[in-house]
Amino acid sequence: MSTIVQRPPAREGWSGVLRRLSDWAPAAAVFVMGIAAWEGLTRGLGVEEFLLPPLSSILDTLREQWSTIWSAGLFTFKEALGGFVIGSAAAILLALVLARWRGVGRAVMPYAIAANAIPIIAFAPITNNWFGILSPASKMAIAGVLVFFPVLVNTLRGLTSVRPAQIELMRSYAAGEFEIFRRVRLPAALPFIFSGLKVGTVLAMIGAIVGDYFGGSQDALGILIRRSAGIFDFKLAWAAIVVASIFGMLFYAAVAAVERLTMRDYPSARGADL
Amino acid sequence: MIAEQTVVSLEGVRKEFGRGGVVALEDIDLDVRAGAFVSVIGPSGCGKSTLLRIVGDLIQPTAGEVVVNGKSAHRARLDRDYGIVFQDAVLFDWRTVERNIGLPLEMTGWSRQRRAERVRELLELVELGGFERHHPWQLSGGMQQRVSIARALSFSPSLLLMDEPFGALDEMTRERMNLELLRIWEQTGSTVIFVTHSIAEAVFLSTRVVVMSPRPGRITGIVDVDLPRPRGNETREQPRYAELIRDVRRTLRRGGGFEEEADAGSETDLIVAEEGL
Repeated sequence: MSTIVQRPPAREGWSGVLRRLSDWAPAAAVFVMGIAAWEGLTRGLGVEEFLLPPLSSILDTLREQWSTIWSAGLFTFKEALGGFVIGSAAAILLALVLARWRGVGRAVMPYAIAANAIPIIAFAPITNNWFGILSPASKMAIAGVLVFFPVLVNTLRGLTSVRPAQIELMRSYAAGEFEIFRRVRLPAALPFIFSGLKVGTVLAMIGAIVGDYFGGSQDALGILIRRSAGIFDFKLAWAAIVVASIFGMLFYAAVAAVERLTMRDYPSARGADL
Repeated sequence: MIAEQTVVSLEGVRKEFGRGGVVALEDIDLDVRAGAFVSVIGPSGCGKSTLLRIVGDLIQPTAGEVVVNGKSAHRARLDRDYGIVFQDAVLFDWRTVERNIGLPLEMTGWSRQRRAERVRELLELVELGGFERHHPWQLSGGMQQRVSIARALSFSPSLLLMDEPFGALDEMTRERMNLELLRIWEQTGSTVIFVTHSIAEAVFLSTRVVVMSPRPGRITGIVDVDLPRPRGNETREQPRYAELIRDVRRTLRRGGGFEEEADAGSETDLIVAEEGL
């Protein structure tokens, strides 16, 4: 019975690196095939450029107009980041309050869940009106509201998912509310909070870009995409979309990296979930 | 002085759940002496876990008095007079074995170094040396439960409350854990209240077995276990062991617990006890 179910985390040698590479090989192969198919089909079938330009010409445009596109991307990313920080901070704070005072939670949660079903993006023209069409604040507002609900619902679920026996155990050590919160509720909620935050990164980028579509600063990525598509410069539009995707992925990866660092001790951190 | 030797004293304890609702416990009078190993046995739903929680001040009785170490159960909890072990090990996934065991010590402000020393001692006691840096999810069920026992013992509480601690383990692991628990109990000299629904386990471990009736839970009888110590695998082959199991079973039957147990579909323990004969 003294068998160890799982081996302790061992230092990885070269064999580990190789194994990891071979884990990724199928995905890498699909990536290469996808790129090749894109390039080959658009050129081979003579697909019109306004439908889908070949990847190579998008990359050429990206290289030629890199500084414009990149600074537009950065501008919109800042909008997304601002909304993300405001929205998730507000959501986590509210979740703390709702978890502590269940009565408030019961009064508020139905509306929070209902609000979660509202296509919030539809409010983008309104927030432009509220906060000024050229101001990044209007985009942060829409991104923030988009981020708010999944983070709220996840955090609250995490904070209330603690098993009763864990609370009883802490009480048997004469622990008070705050000690139980710090040592049990918060650590137990972390995996939930991070999954909410990861969803939030994607929503924040969507919110910022769609917010741009309804009008905004000339420096914004959404405006660049809309304008270039309007004048049939589809290569530029696609290049801007590539940059938007890069920012989106980096944003997600950054939060995922923080998650991995914070949760090195958690069982799920050993899984292969991205 | 008898009063000084009594660790737990229950008088007229009664527990109702809900408004004028179900009576879980009625007329519970019980004294537990220092150094005793008292098992509480009864059919499912007889309130034995409730009784344990009342002693530990995790639930308030509707009526009656609970005195632990000469003070109220509430005071005793605040003084950290007892360690508790649940059926589920209730370890924290994000803490290593070492930090799980050290948690109560952390909360009472022990220094890092003192904690490390104490944890090393405890790991030796539960035979888990070398597993300091493992996480609970890397251990088997039996090992997790040993960590949980080490944690309960870490601050040397005068009273150990155990709520079916081996209920989720397979029979072989359970028998080994029983032996280990006896060894630990003899080494530490602590007082144990042990809830179980295995007759064989109760008789094997205890100095006294408290038998409870189905709801509303009352004490049907108390069987004193006079098996010689130290107990070991040979104990299970002694005729006296079989007699005591029969006594406990008769007491259970007298309280109506036997049929209830069979109805609840948890006959396995009784069958196992039968095989022990």
